[in-house]
Amino acid sequence: MSAFSRVLCVWRRNLDVYMVTWKVNFLPPLLEPMFYLLAFGAGLGGFVKVVPYSGGEVSYTAFIAPGMVGISIMFQSFFECTYGSYIRMYYQKTFDAIIATPLSIEEVITGELLWGGTKAFISVAIMSLVVRAFGYMKFPDLLALPFLAFVCGLFFAGVGMCYTSIAPSIDSFNYPIFLFITPMSLFGGTYFPIEGLPGWAQKVAIFMPLTHVTEMTRAIAFGRWDAALAIRAVVFVAAALLAVRAAVLLMRRRLVV
Amino acid sequence: MAPAITATDLTKKYGDAVAVDAVSFEVREGECFGFLGPNGAGKTTTMKMIYGFSPVTSGSLHVLGLDIRTRARDVKALTGICPQEDNLDPDFTVRKNLVVYCRYFGIAPAEAAKRADELLDFVALREKSDAPVMSLSGGMKRRLVLARALLNRPRMLILDEPTTGLDPQARHVLWEKVRDLKRQGVTILLTTHYMEEATQLCDRLVIMDKAKILVCGPPQELIAKHSKPTVVEVWNPPPEAVEWIKARNLECEKVADKLFVSPEAGDAFQRELEGRFKLDQVIVRRGTLEDVFLRLTGRDLRE
Repeated sequence: MSAFSRVLCVWRRNLDVYMVTWKVNFLPPLLEPMFYLLAFGAGLGGFVKVVPYSGGEVSYTAFIAPGMVGISIMFQSFFECTYGSYIRMYYQKTFDAIIATPLSIEEVITGELLWGGTKAFISVAIMSLVVRAFGYMKFPDLLALPFLAFVCGLFFAGVGMCYTSIAPSIDSFNYPIFLFITPMSLFGGTYFPIEGLPGWAQKVAIFMPLTHVTEMTRAIAFGRWDAALAIRAVVFVAAALLAVRAAVLLMRRRLVV
Repeated sequence: MAPAITATDLTKKYGDAVAVDAVSFEVREGECFGFLGPNGAGKTTTMKMIYGFSPVTSGSLHVLGLDIRTRARDVKALTGICPQEDNLDPDFTVRKNLVVYCRYFGIAPAEAAKRADELLDFVALREKSDAPVMSLSGGMKRRLVLARALLNRPRMLILDEPTTGLDPQARHVLWEKVRDLKRQGVTILLTTHYMEEATQLCDRLVIMDKAKILVCGPPQELIAKHSKPTVVEVWNPPPEAVEWIKARNLECEKVADKLFVSPEAGDAFQRELEGRFKLDQVIVRRGTLEDVFLRLTGRDLRE
């Protein structure tokens, strides 16, 4: 067996678990965009109407749809490799069971991270179709979204796993979630352009990874295939690889004693 | 035959704490070898080093002819492990647990299905194939863990406290399976807190305490060497009985509310004791591995 096929075994295990309850698992990415598009689009959109974007104006609903996709990428992958991985590591002892076979802990963690990225892929794939059904975004551009979700998901999965490697208890995940994840989901150019923030807050927002993820999802949603998108994509590929590497090393430090 | 395991000055340190202190032992191919000792003696740590889970601090350790430091992956491919804590996949059915586990060994799906069914028969869980793992009893779960450890047809099986928490029936079923495997030539490593289990299953064993090996040998030999042939247990002995026993220069030891005495003739001693002090809770029995264990590791409580 090659190292890649060993990593894939771990990924397959998680996919199999996911598919046992696929009906329940497909529900959030199916319903969430419907609720948001209705609440924010039809509800709030009636007051806001248009939002400035890229030198022009777009409808509020069209603006938040890709923002919602960005949030989903972050949530799916970050939660998978924090709560999900922690439960498998600590409560279910799944990692122990797997490393009693020829697999190494590095391969187990890499498989977990790939799965974190995949969760973002699946979620965004379903979500994009729902958004399309509401008449926003278009083919074939939106086909790129799940792949973008995988790369950015891998990044957030890696960051989450780094925290998992030092998490003293399952409750401690509240720290990164309320200090980073929740603020990013609100201020990362998701529900309104960051230009709407006061100057100092804009400077903070620029350093949030999610700001750049939503820039990318929005660029794809509006079919703006420009250099900024390419640069951001390349940076995220590099950041994802770096996060994976760091997560593997840190988890090794936690688990191999 | 080449030994299954050779450990020389095997040491494991966690920071300054020494968990295993320069132990040396040899496990022969095809034997059942036991690790006994109080909690924290270093048994599980030794096991973890043997299956490549925990890096060796110093000393050498060869498992199935392979250096564990460099060939852990190959050792794990040849070994089956039943861990102390149940780590079955709660999200899968009984059979799916086995099929998924086969993948980690690179066993092809058709072969995996065959082995899963074979082993479900072996551990008498065939009719539970489609049951969720959560619905199994403790004994069934242990049997499933055993089946899972056998999927790769291991040359060596590691059982870390395999029967802790099981009822007597379930324990006997598991012992029977272990003997079956031994007959098939599988080398078995066992840690346990049950002296009866060790006596029944082990060809040889070590008793560990405070990170060191105290003794090594076949159970009966250890009993003959470190215990008396006859032991009399006296429950709640009155002080005058204790005085009387001590006056007779008999070896005796008090543990909680029990007094252990080793007289030459157990029955005569029992009659005399019962007659003199109107005691009715006096038991005469043969020396056991438990006596050896307690004598060597002390009778104080370990926590």
